[in-house]
Amino acid sequence: MKINDVILRTVTKIVVFIILTFGVYLFLSGHNTPGGGFIGGLVLASAIVLLYLSHDIETVQKSLPLDFKLVAASGVLLATGTGIGSLLFGAPFMSQTFAYFDLPVFGKTELTTVTIFEAGVALAVVGVVVTIILSISEDE
Amino acid sequence: MMNNIIVLPLIIPIMVGVILVFLRPYVKTQRVISLVTMLGMAGISLYILNKIQTEGILRLDFGGWEPPFGILFVADSFAMLFVLTANIVTAICLIYAFSSIGESHEKMYFYPFVLFLIAGVNGSFLTGDMFNLFVCFEVMLLASYVLVTLGGKKAQLRESIKYVVINILSSWFFLVALAYLYGALGTLNMAHLSERVAEVGQGPLLTTISIIFLIVFSLKAGLLLFFWLPGSYSVPPTAIAALFGALLTKVGIYALFRTFTLIFYHEPSITHTLIGIMAGVTLVLGCIGAIAYKDVRLIASYNVVIAVGFILVGLAVATQASLEGSIYYVIHDMVAKAMLFLIAGTMIALTGKTKINEISGLIRNYPLFGWMVFVVTCSLAGIPPLSGFVGKVLVGQGAIESGSYILLALAFLSSIVVLYSLLRIFLSSIFGETIISVEDEVPLKKGMIISIVLLAIGTVSLGLGAEFISGYVSDAAHTLFNPSVYIEAVLGGNK
Repeated sequence: MKINDVILRTVTKIVVFIILTFGVYLFLSGHNTPGGGFIGGLVLASAIVLLYLSHDIETVQKSLPLDFKLVAASGVLLATGTGIGSLLFGAPFMSQTFAYFDLPVFGKTELTTVTIFEAGVALAVVGVVVTIILSISEDE
Repeated sequence: MMNNIIVLPLIIPIMVGVILVFLRPYVKTQRVISLVTMLGMAGISLYILNKIQTEGILRLDFGGWEPPFGILFVADSFAMLFVLTANIVTAICLIYAFSSIGESHEKMYFYPFVLFLIAGVNGSFLTGDMFNLFVCFEVMLLASYVLVTLGGKKAQLRESIKYVVINILSSWFFLVALAYLYGALGTLNMAHLSERVAEVGQGPLLTTISIIFLIVFSLKAGLLLFFWLPGSYSVPPTAIAALFGALLTKVGIYALFRTFTLIFYHEPSITHTLIGIMAGVTLVLGCIGAIAYKDVRLIASYNVVIAVGFILVGLAVATQASLEGSIYYVIHDMVAKAMLFLIAGTMIALTGKTKINEISGLIRNYPLFGWMVFVVTCSLAGIPPLSGFVGKVLVGQGAIESGSYILLALAFLSSIVVLYSLLRIFLSSIFGETIISVEDEVPLKKGMIISIVLLAIGTVSLGLGAEFISGYVSDAAHTLFNPSVYIEAVLGGNK
């Protein structure tokens, strides 16, 4: 029997963008204020899981053709890579650095290597959470 | 202080493991890369170990945050001897896995998880921070959960549910103990903890906290609380079982040694006596198990338990000689236990049977293999010139010095039981009339026998070359026996 889920689908279309925006906001504010790659990643993952819930797995995979195991792996690679990167500059492992830049739209912005590390964490979290949910859903 | 090299034993396996995830379909490439990585790690460990001898204990403050504020890695001889041996043993187990584990495992991320496991093991040995120790434990355990269930046979799932539940429970205890410790002392840096415990005195509260740690690490090491061990170590494929038997309990043992020589060493009449009692009971129960069963894998698993008891006797009496003996014995045991598990697995692979009374006369079909069984028997029983001997003598010497005659008696009786339990395998399964006719003979794969022979060479050269490593071992025992050396290396210079 096909469940009538028009309301869920309609709401999801809008809410997913709100969640994604909020996730990105949390992710970017992470290194100075509450938030960060882990929390941002969880929120981003929840948006993707919501898509899976309201549509079926095949539809989402058609528009989002990612192997989430590899997403998680590239996240770990990125995060550990920034740690290793500091070795190239003769600094202790996991050192971070930051500087202020004048960007056209944002004005004076702080850019830091922590953000790259956090991006790795976020990718790892998204990959792992979605993989877990998908594995559970495959289990009949 | 800048010693970025000491983070490599943690970070290289993780990064290589992740890269192997992308190379999933290319089994040959995965094999080559993982073996080269492990050999490279062994080389790096050896280099670090030698560097410690000339420059003293090395430390690395992550991100430049100085102790006690940041997280740090500390490499002393004790930690590096463990790291070096663990990496060599893992490399050899990988060689065994190439010819035995099967393509379905290899395509299901077997190599990445072995690398993650070794990363967690190395991290646990190297870290200088209690919470980081917890994190590294978890890295190791998560990888081991996957490895123990990989394949998904019924027995595996049955035993792994016990393994996972007991480890999650003990991890929770670990976390609670950490919270108590932080609440009581306001720090989690091991050297700083040691300093503060010495300042305020190890009162009843701190001793209680130390006993919680004792319970946690005993669960991980299989000291007295080993009820989960024989089952979960006997179900996974041979190469994985060998890795578990050789490495995982050693991490718990390492944590026990670190905690009770560096931090909680002020009330030996309570904590060390308790460790002594637990070690004694472990020896007795392990011996009963090793004699009672006929399944080769269970005999091997109970031998792990006996070894844990024996090594902890060295900590319980805590003289410099006994600590040295325990370190020797841990190194020996990693090599010899890996060998024992590989041999047990090979016997099952060759005959398809698991009980020793169903197997007979293997030496007629596979002479070299038969003699390897003899070598591991002698080695584990501590017969000179093989590697178990030095450790047993030194632990015995320590026990005599401190007058712990009961532990001494138990430790040496256990050696006889080890000898008996393994000779039983040798006499009933290796000697005697062969059950395999020439036509039915399954060829012994080269990878299998090569890795067993390599471990045999390891145990022989550890025994003959005891002189050669004694410098490293006595430096390690010196650091354990004098916590001020470790504290000075971590906190000295930035006060």
